[in-house]
Amino acid sequence: MYDVIIIGAGPAGISAGLYTKRANLKVLILYKDQSALEKTEWIENYYGFENGISGKELYKTGIRQAKNLGIDVKKEEVTNIQFDEKNQYVVMTEKESYKTKTVIFATGNKKNTPKIKGIKEFEGKGVSYCAVCDGFFYRNKDVSILGNGKYAISEANELINIANSITILTDGKEAPEIRADNVKIDTRKIREVRGDKKVEEVEFDDNSTTKTDGIFVALGVAGGNEFAKKLGIITKKDRIVVNENMETNIPGIYACGDCVGGLLQISKSVYEGTKAGLQAIQYIRKENA
Amino acid sequence: MSMLTFEEKNFKEEVLKAEGKVLVDFYADWCGPCRMMSPVIDDIAKELDGKVKVGKVNVDNNQELAIKYDVMSIPTIMVFEKGNPIKTFVGVTDKQEILDVLK
Repeated sequence: MYDVIIIGAGPAGISAGLYTKRANLKVLILYKDQSALEKTEWIENYYGFENGISGKELYKTGIRQAKNLGIDVKKEEVTNIQFDEKNQYVVMTEKESYKTKTVIFATGNKKNTPKIKGIKEFEGKGVSYCAVCDGFFYRNKDVSILGNGKYAISEANELINIANSITILTDGKEAPEIRADNVKIDTRKIREVRGDKKVEEVEFDDNSTTKTDGIFVALGVAGGNEFAKKLGIITKKDRIVVNENMETNIPGIYACGDCVGGLLQISKSVYEGTKAGLQAIQYIRKENA
Repeated sequence: MSMLTFEEKNFKEEVLKAEGKVLVDFYADWCGPCRMMSPVIDDIAKELDGKVKVGKVNVDNNQELAIKYDVMSIPTIMVFEKGNPIKTFVGVTDKQEILDVLK
């Protein structure tokens, strides 16, 4: 059982880790995707680096710093988060499940909304972002999953015993490895999602169409926004909504850094990671009292 | 009055024929996000007690209603007026956004 699981190893996630670990909490940092910081060529506007520093170097230094302090840092993709018993969460990765008392999202500014015509307008009308939430409405129906990674497979597994058939639509990307009788894979590029009142069919670039009762979006690596939708965290314009203490609407769940919007700057992420960490410390001390 | 339970058998009387706006929360017991939405709906019911009817529909027990109103994702919050849904919120929604429609 961890006290804190932090998802993301950029400036916000690592800062949250440093503070919580130094308060003697049991901390795990999980990360997978490249941080925006890692992709930044050169940083010249951050305090203390008189000659500047490469984003990649600063990112790696942060992870080393966390490890040196004794924080568990694992490069594992988070595929699901669920409520456990009261006030506890289970964070599932491609490899393992971890129990924790608090979760801090520091998942960055990823946007996983596909730019396919029709997806946005059919949200809640056949387009879903959460298999475990909405699977019920697709019992014995033919559903599609948009995506091709581990997250897409995790969503497919949620639906395998519910839906009549599952088609993984990779939208031109490589096919994932999944073997199940009622799972098909279609790698054609998608042009449009169509329907009258709700999703009815998908049209591909080769002009052919296929019928579907619903599309579950599970692109790339799931970020804070995807998990927020599953857990019931309030989001606004694909940003996690937090108060000034980095608290979401769910007790014990915090978010910080680029995933909550605002300035996409290291200084801001460090501050918010610190704040989220301090808030988590307070929360756990209260729980333990 | 506060929180009501709407079902197939009372939906017409309680929601469609009601005077003024009615807030309907489509939910299920197994739905995590619905549990987060529930206290918000309770709050609204208390705040607007006597002004707006507020109630919940359990989609497990009332599948016909869910199908009729194209509910395919929960929580779905609908505001009814004069027998028709005038606004639908899909997913956990900020309290103020809902209140804005009810005022």
